[in-house]
Amino acid sequence: MSGNTDLAVEAEGLVKRFGDTVALDGVDLAVPRGKVLGVLGPNGAGKTTAVRVLATLLRADEGWARVGGYDVREQATAVRGLIGLTGQYASVDEDLSGTENLVLIGKLLGLPKAEAKARAKDLMARFELTDAAGRSVKTYSGGMRRRADLAASLVGRPEVLYLDEPTTGLDPHSRNEVWATVRTLVDDGTTVLLTTQYLEEADRLADLITVIDHGRVIANGTPNELKRRTGGQALQVRPSLPTDLPAVAAILRELTGIDPITDAESGLLSTPVDNSLLLSALVRRLDEAGITADELALRLPSLDEVFLSLTGRTTPVTEGSVA
Amino acid sequence: MSTPTTTHISPGLALRHGFALAGRSITKTRKNPESLLDVTLQPIIFLLLFVYLFGGALAGSPEQYLQLLLPGLMVQNIAFASLGTGMALCTDISKGVFDRFRSMPIARSAPLVGAVLGDVVRFVVTLAVLIVFAVILGFRVQTDPGRFLVAVVLMILFGLCLCWVSVFVGMLVKSPQAVPGTLVAFILPLTFGSNVFVSADTMPGWLRGWVEINPVSHLTNAARGLLLGGEWVGDAVWAFVWGVAIAAVFFPLALRAYRRRVG
Repeated sequence: MSGNTDLAVEAEGLVKRFGDTVALDGVDLAVPRGKVLGVLGPNGAGKTTAVRVLATLLRADEGWARVGGYDVREQATAVRGLIGLTGQYASVDEDLSGTENLVLIGKLLGLPKAEAKARAKDLMARFELTDAAGRSVKTYSGGMRRRADLAASLVGRPEVLYLDEPTTGLDPHSRNEVWATVRTLVDDGTTVLLTTQYLEEADRLADLITVIDHGRVIANGTPNELKRRTGGQALQVRPSLPTDLPAVAAILRELTGIDPITDAESGLLSTPVDNSLLLSALVRRLDEAGITADELALRLPSLDEVFLSLTGRTTPVTEGSVA
Repeated sequence: MSTPTTTHISPGLALRHGFALAGRSITKTRKNPESLLDVTLQPIIFLLLFVYLFGGALAGSPEQYLQLLLPGLMVQNIAFASLGTGMALCTDISKGVFDRFRSMPIARSAPLVGAVLGDVVRFVVTLAVLIVFAVILGFRVQTDPGRFLVAVVLMILFGLCLCWVSVFVGMLVKSPQAVPGTLVAFILPLTFGSNVFVSADTMPGWLRGWVEINPVSHLTNAARGLLLGGEWVGDAVWAFVWGVAIAAVFFPLALRAYRRRVG
């Protein structure tokens, strides 16, 4: 074990099997203190399993993990004293009101009743839930539940916060709110491990990104490093006539060997490339085919293209029009 | 970090966690009064059924039988009320909030202890309904309020111990409906194979042997002494020892089954 004190969370060689399914197949993770690690991957990649191991909810079959220097297996209680968890499904009691949930957590953490109530009130206000504070959580909308859940995980003022797909299923407004909250927490020194299927989310929030697929880490680095490392650049074409999209896609596939990403709405095709000479080749081929383009460019790839080049698949979740 | 890092949880602290979670379970009951329907209807049905069906044949008249029967019916209703604990936990445990409890620095046993302690409400309700209804039908306590209170406390303590059997089964089965199905096979011989309904005098020897050691018989004798007058201390001690023994066996079993269930 390395016992690196600059790391709030570190894990090495995590393996977890469920019957014949290998959910984690030797995962290493490291989150420096006060930073945000985005764990990116498609559904079923093993992200939630990794979080559950790090939150002491599951025992890994192999490997080890430490949080704040404490072993998740041997010193689980100490680890639990450092972490806050917001699960993929809201981990609050639906029958209790928002305030009752937070006060209960405060009491369980050993806060005096008055202090537990005061913290609950502050958190409800901070998450704009004051008006709904006395209502049963089951009457909350999806966004409100998620905020209540996030509030619940902050009652203990955790050093390390796990956010397991915190914005899945949220509308753009609620999503922006969650992002703003995460940034505030990080400014206050909280370490965050965030799993997401949204490349944009990782790009916006994470200092570091670990890409997981099929229970294995397939890439590690800052968002910019990943963008530079994979393919280096992206080729973008917008044919003048939408009817030319299939033909242009076929040309790109022929040149690069992979299916380009098509944004049907904007009529834009993009694909990661590692050779800038492809641009002139593309111009030639379009010319030969008699296709004109409104837009033709070479630029740093988006994380979508990074994901495509790493996994050979397009983005796990199509982002829609969320800006 | 405002809370100091805990590495060990003392039994006293574990109990405090249990009480906090009992508060949760009582709040839930308060918001969901229909969850008390079973412990409200059951005593009324048992009382009417046994008093008027058997009373005349067994004791000469329903009124006379009621005096003899009520202390034992209290025990039977407590036993049936304990079924609810395992059923409720079996459902509760699959909810997201249990992930939160398990990711917090609290005792592993706290969610189970909380559910059991919270069910004191169910015991109080079932005993209150039973006694009020029995008084309407003509039952009279022959002793004093102090002894009556001792009887009620004994019943509730015994119920708390019996709950661990229910929790254990609730942790083993996948669907909550399987809890009463399994436990009735345990509760029926326990409550009917006793002196609650008839005296053991006419039973065959092997059955009489069981009836005499059955905790339900001891608790019933103690309650008869406390409510109608007579000796009660010896039986109360036996009932208490039985309760502690049941809890000592089933609390660790329930905890182990819970750990296995949640991984």
